[in-house]
Amino acid sequence: MSDAAISPAASGPRLPNLGRLAGLVHAAIGMSLLYLVWWIGGRLVAASPDMFAFADFAPGPALSALWNMVQSGEAWAMTWPSLYRVGAGLLAAIVIGVPLGIAIGRVAVLRQITNVPFQFLRMISPLSWMPIAVMAYDTWDGAIIFLITVAAVWPVVFATAAGVRRIDPAWLKVARNLGAKPFHLLTTVILPAIAVDILTGIRLALGVAWIVLVPAEYLGVTSGLGYAINDARDTLDYARLAATVVIIGVIGFGLDFLCQQAVQRLNWVRTDTP
Amino acid sequence: MRQTCSIAKATPPMNALSPAPVTTPQSRATPAEARPFVRVDGISHRYGRGAPVLEDICFNVRRGEVLALIGRSGCGKSTLLHLLAGLSTPGAGQVHIGDRPVTGPSNRWVMMFQSPSLFPWMTVFQNVELGLRFDGRRTQAKHRVPQVLELVDLSAFGDRNVQDLSGGQQQRVALARSLAPEPDILLLDEPFSALDAFTRRSLQGEVRRIAKSLGLTLILVTHDVGEAALMADRAVLLTSGPGRVAADTDIALDDDDRSEATRAFRAETARLSQLYAEVAGMSAATDTPRQKGSAR
Repeated sequence: MSDAAISPAASGPRLPNLGRLAGLVHAAIGMSLLYLVWWIGGRLVAASPDMFAFADFAPGPALSALWNMVQSGEAWAMTWPSLYRVGAGLLAAIVIGVPLGIAIGRVAVLRQITNVPFQFLRMISPLSWMPIAVMAYDTWDGAIIFLITVAAVWPVVFATAAGVRRIDPAWLKVARNLGAKPFHLLTTVILPAIAVDILTGIRLALGVAWIVLVPAEYLGVTSGLGYAINDARDTLDYARLAATVVIIGVIGFGLDFLCQQAVQRLNWVRTDTP
Repeated sequence: MRQTCSIAKATPPMNALSPAPVTTPQSRATPAEARPFVRVDGISHRYGRGAPVLEDICFNVRRGEVLALIGRSGCGKSTLLHLLAGLSTPGAGQVHIGDRPVTGPSNRWVMMFQSPSLFPWMTVFQNVELGLRFDGRRTQAKHRVPQVLELVDLSAFGDRNVQDLSGGQQQRVALARSLAPEPDILLLDEPFSALDAFTRRSLQGEVRRIAKSLGLTLILVTHDVGEAALMADRAVLLTSGPGRVAADTDIALDDDDRSEATRAFRAETARLSQLYAEVAGMSAATDTPRQKGSAR
């Protein structure tokens, strides 16, 4: 009972020890603060003579609009096309990025040749390719998937290459010594060794892709979350617009969480020994 | 490519310097086994355009024999082992194991390294079955892996992740992994040097016992004369810069005497140390005159 009194002095204020619930409680506190800021913002907007027309951005109207959208199925209807585009773009980025990253990580000359051009291309905003994408692809979907691929491929390439370079050369030697063919080296050594690096790259790529998605869907298409935002703006339905923003945040968070779980599952590095 | 090999020619001073039984490979071949199991014919090697690391290395190993290659650090003994294992290709000369020339790595001749280098994302079982898996013999693994784990006394550890194991246990797993594909020959590159003295001594004895029980041919690289005396039937001493065969001597110890406590062991270690010192002195005298001059 007297433990609290003699617990080591903390450098700053500390919350009571909540054990396993600590993470959830902290997250709840953070989200409550965010909600509070949103609510205060809503009040300020409503009170301002210049901006009161946008008062529906406030949590009350937005969340009731969100509830309606979820109940009517509209929320899913606008999310699926976006998920499809991000998924296809990400898949293309993985199919291109992982082999490319492995090649760059393994072959020093290739790394030196590609380094400058790739860093150059990486710094170009994916959206700058939009006019070219629109010309090159017959469908809007094709163009959007292309833009997402262009955005997502770099994190996958660089994370994969960095992972390959960190592979212990002794592992490859041991495998060769036991009679491993190049195919075996790839499947039993290289890919398991860099699985976490690849997934970390995919997680970064997903973040970028999800960000690029919305502006990419402003153009042409008549479905998806970006289109829904644009549509809500044009119809002055700010509650719907704010609700769509919430959906984008929730889905993005969920996808990132899945990636994080996958990283934890595949991670073979032990931080503590039992 | 083929060169004539004669150990005797390479080591004229050693006959005079040492009472050790320095013999030629020809004289040790028994009639029953006319052809030696491992034949190393005139191996020379250099890295890039650097100075030669190994020069005209010739020796033979009988089937089931434990041979120690002794030399100072940097004498090229580890390079020599890599060449024997087919992990690199010699500049000149050839290695035969059994009747096959060594042209690349194979699970017929398997090397064990200083560090166990187990794959941390796999269990002990999965690590041990690798050689069989690469050979397309995965169905055999179910029987074979428990056998070799039994051999290295790790039967209870098959399902464990290798990161749960101690350094000595990990090196045992590496040994089991090397033994699983039933190689003809095991090449050991100072595999115990990273272990504590107690674990090292027990593994040295254990590896010799296992090799003898399986009739496995063993070539062991070491700079530790004691290790050679504990494990090997015969020692080949190498000079350094470039590595050449300087002496080839039998280690005449009964298995009962292979313990640091016995007088015979101490006498044999002393003899090998003396021989080692002479070989080291010889290479210093012939190969680094400039350094000696500047040191004065």
